[in-house]
Amino acid sequence: MKGMETDKRSIQREALAELMAQWCSEGKRVLAPKRSGGKVDFDRVTSLSEVSFDHVQTVQSPKSAVFPRVEELFSFRSTDGRVEIRERNLDTLPETVVFGLRPCDAAAFAALEAIFNWDGPDRLFSARRARTTLVTVACSRADEFCFCTSVGGGPGAVTGSDILLTDLGQGGFLAEIASAKGRELLSAAGSLFGPAGDADKESRLAKLPAVFPPDAVAAALAGLFAEPAFWEEQSRRCVGCGACAYVCPTCACFDIQDEGGATGKRLRCWDSCGFGLFTLHTSGHNPRPLQSQRWRQRLMHKFSYMPERQGVLGCVGCGRCARACPVDMNILEHIRAIAEARP
Amino acid sequence: MPDFQPKIVAFVCNWCTYAGADLTGTSRMKYSPQVSIIRFPCTGRIDFMLLLKAFASGADGIIVSGCHPNDCHYSSGNFHARRRWIIFRGLLDFLGIDVSRVQFSWVSAAEGAKWAQLVNETSERIRELGPFTGYQRLRGLGVG
Amino acid sequence: MNALQEKARELLATKTVRVVIGYGPGSGGQARALFVREAAQARELIFDETCLQNLAVYLMKPDVRQLGKAALVARPATLRTLLQLAAENQLEENSLLALVPGADGVLSLSTFSALEAQVASQDNELSVAEKSELEKFAAMGLDARREFWQEQFSRCLKCYACRAACPLCYCTRCTVECNQPQWIPVPAHDLGNLEWNVMRAMHLAGRCTNCGDCSRACPVGIPLYLLNQKLILDVSANFNSRSGMTAKADHSLSTFKPDDPEDFIK
Repeated sequence: MKGMETDKRSIQREALAELMAQWCSEGKRVLAPKRSGGKVDFDRVTSLSEVSFDHVQTVQSPKSAVFPRVEELFSFRSTDGRVEIRERNLDTLPETVVFGLRPCDAAAFAALEAIFNWDGPDRLFSARRARTTLVTVACSRADEFCFCTSVGGGPGAVTGSDILLTDLGQGGFLAEIASAKGRELLSAAGSLFGPAGDADKESRLAKLPAVFPPDAVAAALAGLFAEPAFWEEQSRRCVGCGACAYVCPTCACFDIQDEGGATGKRLRCWDSCGFGLFTLHTSGHNPRPLQSQRWRQRLMHKFSYMPERQGVLGCVGCGRCARACPVDMNILEHIRAIAEARP
Repeated sequence: MPDFQPKIVAFVCNWCTYAGADLTGTSRMKYSPQVSIIRFPCTGRIDFMLLLKAFASGADGIIVSGCHPNDCHYSSGNFHARRRWIIFRGLLDFLGIDVSRVQFSWVSAAEGAKWAQLVNETSERIRELGPFTGYQRLRGLGVG
Repeated sequence: MNALQEKARELLATKTVRVVIGYGPGSGGQARALFVREAAQARELIFDETCLQNLAVYLMKPDVRQLGKAALVARPATLRTLLQLAAENQLEENSLLALVPGADGVLSLSTFSALEAQVASQDNELSVAEKSELEKFAAMGLDARREFWQEQFSRCLKCYACRAACPLCYCTRCTVECNQPQWIPVPAHDLGNLEWNVMRAMHLAGRCTNCGDCSRACPVGIPLYLLNQKLILDVSANFNSRSGMTAKADHSLSTFKPDDPEDFIK
């Protein structure tokens, strides 16, 4: 989608604050990065003053806007052997604006859509997605964990965003209107936007050279699957928690749980392929009994299976998994090792 | 809240308190009907999580009761339970969960009158504290 | 080569051990666990204030155990953990070398009595700052404490990083993974998160050695150390015992004294 035509405007910080106030007054749920206790994470906000702009990346991804960590799929009631199912009323799902996500986060929604709608549309996910608008803020800084440019993205990439804002300094933002939803937002608040000047967007963006070609990774992975020693070496310090999967913007594995007795709810909750229980069969057999096999699965899924089956890379280079990992499993390092490996 | 009838769950051991509560009945002593008794082999079997499960299921107060020290049918189950309760009470209090809603006691098989008094006093105290909505509200929170 | 690197090189060269589990440079200026299996690689070992992880967690991993006899770079809390693991029959005497870097070179400890003597010589108490933070909580009032923890636990993702990082959470199948019946709710909703965190704290009562790795592991920054430290103080005040001081089984919650306090029991 590089070189996609976008409608360029400008907006001042005060107008942006007004725009956000307008969304809130319309009853929209606005999720944005908020600083609390030394960490920046997405939370519900009602005013622009609550929003953090100076961080590199939030701890968690914005995926919970469309894929909450626990959600009700439907409720049920069983009486006299008859089960009555009550579907969720999708009309009550909130109209949501995710504000201040990064270009890598916006790109990640394509991966989520590919997974959830792979063999048929996921009703709940699709309804949430349809009600979600992405107003992205481009990156002026990157850290050592960022690698979006190696996986097809960039600090100022518009792909996936409805509107992309780039801070031009002195309270002004370049606003690139990149989708029909973006145009809707614009037409609802046209007076808040001004004409785009001739500001140089590129100069405001983080400089992040690409460090590996994704094709080389996929090609190398194919030959590495049956090399257990390689994966043992890679994953030795992994302790097998789910932090990487839970902060990941594209990880979409879930578990289904029923709560209640004869009357109850069916819930969908996050799960992770890093857990030993993830693939455990009822018989007691576990096809992935070792952590090294589970680590291999994580990387294969993102860099090999997803491109092959869904035509989209399962990693956007946000670096969250590496920042969140309690034992410093730095994915970029591992991917580079794979790209350079000659099995 | 004059009309409030608290739900109290009593986790009791089979050998002492359950027999004591039985004696209360056979002695025709009246006591507060708000208590639901759950019988266990021993206080040592009463997992701390059962108490939280009771609260989550709507209990407003809890009684945990078993054999007096040195009277345990299994010789030391109640001693082990006592240590666990000391720690659990401290943890609950630290988490802001009101431990005065949990009454621990020793009631022997011969103490029918003590059981009646324990239940009555506990019911009265929980009635004054009111429903444990703070805990019950947790159910369902955080589901999107 | 510094003393630690030299020691590691020698242990590997003489095949005294097959792996040295230590610290190497990691991302973001932090240290990370390093598994040194070749003598020549020993020069990558570091030991400084960034080396925080309790490496004893790896002794419980089957993937690491299969590497053969290990030497483990140990901080004060790691040494307590080793003794606690020994007390719980998870560590055999002389099956491991604990390497303790100090001003006078590197101590190499393998007998339980040597580990006990080293632990006895170090400061194992909660610091003044740690204690005063707990006192602040005690002064907060019940409702304020409830609100505080409810907010903290509402962020819990149930990623179990706290469990995975803890060397004393070594069960091969945790209670949360037993689902007949489902004891702790799987979903990370408010009730599930409270029950999980209460259970984690309770299962570590009288066992936690205050290494702090649960809190460091938590991606959303829940101060789990407060729960563990509170229980360490309670165990000490009520049972006069402290985990990780001896290799002999004296696990506070699997034993008792006839005269344990019971002023709260009617």
